[in-house]
Amino acid sequence: MEQTQISNNKTNFNKVDINKLFSPFVKIDPKNNNSIIFKVKNIHCASCIHLIEKSLYTLKNVFFVRVNMSTEKLEIKWVGEKKLADKFAKIVSELGYPISLYDVDNLDNDFEENKKVLIRSIAVSGFAAANLMLISVGLWSSSFETMGFATRELFQWISSLIALPAIIYSGRPFFYSALKVLLKKNTNMDVPISLAVILTSLISLFETVNNGEHIYFDSAIMLLFFLLIGRYLDVLAKGKAKKSAKELLSALGGTATVIKDEKQVIVPIKDIRAGDIITISIGEKIPADGIILNGSTEIDLSLISGETLPKKANINDNVFAGTINISAPIQIEVSKSTENNLLTNIVKLMEKAEISKSKYTRIADKAAKLYTPIVHLAGLFTFIGWWMFADLAWQPSLLIAVTVLIITCPCALGLAVPVVQVLANNSLMKKGIYLKSGDALEKLSKVKYVILDKTGTLTVGKPSLIGSYSEEDLQIAASLAHYSKHPFSRSICDQFNGKLLNLENVKEIIGCGMEGYFKGKLLKLGKKNWSCPSQKDENEIFSEIWLSVENEKKICFSFEDQLRKDTKDVIDEIKKLGITPIILSGDRNEVVKRIAEHLGINDYYSEFSIEMKSEFIRKLKLQNKEILMVGDGLNDAPSLAEADVSISPSTAMDITQNTADIVFQGEKLFPIISCIKVAKKSVLLIKQNFLMAVIYNIFAIPMAIIGLVTPLIAAIAMSSSSLFVIGNSFRLNLKRKKF
Amino acid sequence: MNILLYLIPIALTLGLIGLLAFLWTLKNNQYEDLEGASERILIEEEKEKNDKD
Repeated sequence: MEQTQISNNKTNFNKVDINKLFSPFVKIDPKNNNSIIFKVKNIHCASCIHLIEKSLYTLKNVFFVRVNMSTEKLEIKWVGEKKLADKFAKIVSELGYPISLYDVDNLDNDFEENKKVLIRSIAVSGFAAANLMLISVGLWSSSFETMGFATRELFQWISSLIALPAIIYSGRPFFYSALKVLLKKNTNMDVPISLAVILTSLISLFETVNNGEHIYFDSAIMLLFFLLIGRYLDVLAKGKAKKSAKELLSALGGTATVIKDEKQVIVPIKDIRAGDIITISIGEKIPADGIILNGSTEIDLSLISGETLPKKANINDNVFAGTINISAPIQIEVSKSTENNLLTNIVKLMEKAEISKSKYTRIADKAAKLYTPIVHLAGLFTFIGWWMFADLAWQPSLLIAVTVLIITCPCALGLAVPVVQVLANNSLMKKGIYLKSGDALEKLSKVKYVILDKTGTLTVGKPSLIGSYSEEDLQIAASLAHYSKHPFSRSICDQFNGKLLNLENVKEIIGCGMEGYFKGKLLKLGKKNWSCPSQKDENEIFSEIWLSVENEKKICFSFEDQLRKDTKDVIDEIKKLGITPIILSGDRNEVVKRIAEHLGINDYYSEFSIEMKSEFIRKLKLQNKEILMVGDGLNDAPSLAEADVSISPSTAMDITQNTADIVFQGEKLFPIISCIKVAKKSVLLIKQNFLMAVIYNIFAIPMAIIGLVTPLIAAIAMSSSSLFVIGNSFRLNLKRKKF
Repeated sequence: MNILLYLIPIALTLGLIGLLAFLWTLKNNQYEDLEGASERILIEEEKEKNDKD
């Protein structure tokens, strides 16, 4: 592995994150061009794109720069030195866009490829369906006498010419899936679909050759077209989760400064070994789990615990990969190599949970399990009946048997779920709720337990000022605070709307607070032992910072992470729905107890670690009741994955959001209730859809069995049953306003 | 009915052209950055290397 040596100078020690070396990750193509892909944050308008692209284009050697706004990726290609990659990263981050490496080899290729295959199939089957209809309408509305034998034959041959390649091409997703599941001696919805499509095509071809009447190409291709759309929507929803886990690990794909033989060496993070000594500058992400050897600092744990308040860390304290060093440079000794540090473990836990989760059988698959044998047996008996007992030749008998398969219309069955899902998606999206997994609604409708995280879920997740203060004190504090980005400072600024004072010489004392001068007096805002060292009494529950005005006064500002405004109502509503709420928190017992009692929740557990949380859920699952987990921190991610269905607020970390089945926006918790109600309604509609398909089949199958079905009847029956199913699904939106 | 011999191929060809055009755009990743595309029209054009690509 390539390692780049740099001299041991102090300046490097203090720089923020940019000193990472990206050159080891540059890829070289056969034409000797270098390329690299970065992940860039905060791109939100045309000028951002322009600024980044233009400032990189002005460099010599660079011949391709492309910002992808949707995926936040920046691709650069250049000739010459690999080292330029670091320069690019520096330029972009100095423009104000946080940059990191996007090192996710081939990870989305599978998903992207799958998506493209589906889109292409939709396009081809759509084209074929439209053109076939053009011809079929002509065929339906006339007969041999009116149209003439030759024209009719021409039309039928054109139909088969359009249909057969299209069916072979766009039916592949179903054929492959059916084959795979059959090889495992199982069955799903794709088996009857594939069988119906293949048999329909064969029989239609046979009829075309023999100048017959029973040509069902239009039905087959329409069926594929509708089902492919449903399938595409499904895939789109599923793809996201996997991507996120890998992206999180790629956050660890950078480099770290390791001290070897008293020299600083830049090493790719994946090559860090236990026992290495690493220097971490201010603002840098801690690359591995370890123990602090030198320095004392504060650490932003938000990635791991969702906790917004930074935590103090001194010599011999443990620090974790993925957290950010805030206030002073430190040296750590690595305790675990990258393969088994905390962050990697979280991802592993999640992957494990995802696997167990995928065992869930969806309603559609259950329906398929019942449907497939019944329909195929009906077809078989029809064939045997006509052939052996009604003395019909085997060809017409087979034809009748196949019309039974066609008329049973897996179309309505295939659409029953996706249509409801898409509509539910839309109606929820208007309320700022994003449904990400297909089966979330089905599981949500059966939920019996809701497990809630505290920080950031029940509460807003940021400190807000409590107590009352004089206007003057707030003014002084806000004037100092608005220079700082610390959560406490922001909270003070939010509270104060008046005019700020003109302070002089304002500076941030790292790890302590802000200081500045007003009319010659020294003002300090920050930690108690720094701004007001003489003050004593500690308080346990609230976080606080102190303001001191030289020789005048000392004021204490207290902060608390407050409950969301509607938390209590939502908990009451949850109980009304017959669901048991449980709080699982990593926080101290007193704090959790206070909140649980206030909300009237009897089951609460405090000081739970990541593993304990997901273990708790695993045990609860043994009762065979559906569990909903609501959480926002990275520490909740494994639990979110473990639970049957999960919701997280959009303020949560990317990885958590991506793990969750549902993400909601806004300050309120009420979306949880909306989700559950929409889910119940959706599942009801899905069941009605299946019921309709069954009733329809009770009428249609006997008709097909006695041989009364013609292509026109089949087409009408197929579209009308699909329309009924779609129409019924739309009732979801009619009553939307009630929720 | 002879007109059908012209009309049907014409209809099919037109449809096919549309289909191929769509598949071509798909192959060239034209749907990769839909958000970016809508913003990019706001960028004032200069004589950049960009234009040559």
